[in-house]
Amino acid sequence: MNAVQLDIADLSLAALLVLVNAALSLAFALGLERRMLLATARMVVQLLLVGAVLKALFAAVSPLWTGVAALAMVLFAGREVMARQERRLKGVWAYGLGTSSMLLAAVLVTVFALSTQVRPDPWYDPRYALPLLGMILGNTMTGVSLGLHALSSGLHTRRTAVEAQIALGATRWQATRPVARAALLSALMPIINAMAATGLVSLPGMMTGQILAGADPAQAVRYQMLIMFLIAGGTTLGALAAVLGGVLRLTDARHRLRLDRLRAPRSG
Amino acid sequence: MFSVRELTRPGLEQTSFELLAGECVVVAGPSGAGKTLLLRALADLDPSAGRVSLDGVERGTFSGPEWRRRVCYVPAESGWWTDRVSDHFGGQGGGAAPLLERLLLPAGALGWEVPRLSTGERQRLALARALLRGPRVLLLDEPTSGLDDAARLAAEDLVRERLAAGASALWVTHDEAQARRLARRRLWVEGGRVTEQGA
Repeated sequence: MNAVQLDIADLSLAALLVLVNAALSLAFALGLERRMLLATARMVVQLLLVGAVLKALFAAVSPLWTGVAALAMVLFAGREVMARQERRLKGVWAYGLGTSSMLLAAVLVTVFALSTQVRPDPWYDPRYALPLLGMILGNTMTGVSLGLHALSSGLHTRRTAVEAQIALGATRWQATRPVARAALLSALMPIINAMAATGLVSLPGMMTGQILAGADPAQAVRYQMLIMFLIAGGTTLGALAAVLGGVLRLTDARHRLRLDRLRAPRSG
Repeated sequence: MFSVRELTRPGLEQTSFELLAGECVVVAGPSGAGKTLLLRALADLDPSAGRVSLDGVERGTFSGPEWRRRVCYVPAESGWWTDRVSDHFGGQGGGAAPLLERLLLPAGALGWEVPRLSTGERQRLALARALLRGPRVLLLDEPTSGLDDAARLAAEDLVRERLAAGASALWVTHDEAQARRLARRRLWVEGGRVTEQGA
């Protein structure tokens, strides 16, 4: 690798752009300067911390600590999924359904990629496992949260239509099928759009990063393809688990619609 | 016989009554008193406690969908899951034409679009699609409130025919004249409490 090394002066120069943004916000009385500077400070601190943690993890190559880091990532992602729901499931399900769907999908797909395609030695080498999991998890999180949001709001707005079918003897799967289908479509649309536009409209961040860091573009492209396949697989699996789990939770064994298991959205 | 023993659910006090084959019982009472809650509980659309049976067979013996094919609830506000009327009559669209005619609707109504239906057309089509499935017990929640006199009488006649064939009905109405035409017994619901009244 013959990457250009970045030093503090390079980063400071780039950070000047944020200061320009803050100055513009002041000049146009947008009131965004405080939030912008705070977000920038958070980003810097978080990335420095992650850098330090990753360095320690990469040095240790411990299955235990790699597992702990992976679990922490999934748990944080679960919190994000819950926070993005307008109508959350009541109780432990609000957190549990999204988190377990992501855990299932992201871990399965990451282990599949590590053990059959990337094949580092050992297979759980955190230098490969954690970045792969992070990229799969980030996209699966978007799919799961979009899918669950579309399912709960769809069942709420189409309640009369769903119950009309149930009242005429339909099963819960028959009655919720149009809403579940729309929820899956909503969950998968971002990854489908991303795959269609990649390379033409946008150069993916990972590939750009690799090229900037000195990698061969052909190899960077292969890695990007691998990542896109894995993301598509993880998102589909996670969204499917979340939407089917959501249908099961929002109906019951007597095939009744159970919207009483949803919390009303917070006002304001 | 449709038997209800110690039925209770949130918003409804414990109630027991029976409905004989061929019988129609009117359900009356002020708005918001619990009439819809009662019908929904009987159709097993909401959780409830107590024993409900049809011809001596407990509700729990049937799956939810099996029960609702026998004990069919027609809500005051009908739901439609696609924009084409014919989709709501499943593969039995052909059998619907005579029913529609009896309800003073043209056979071509199956080709109509749901968003363009009037309230009265929706009510009659919702009643027709329920009757087409041949339920043993009809739970009708103000099924004719949006109909003119002729269509209302036509709907009553059609249900009476089903009663003569052995079905039973609970019919929610605020129309006193209709209540007298339909039933000798009535259930009065007020403040979540159900009391039985004779003719």
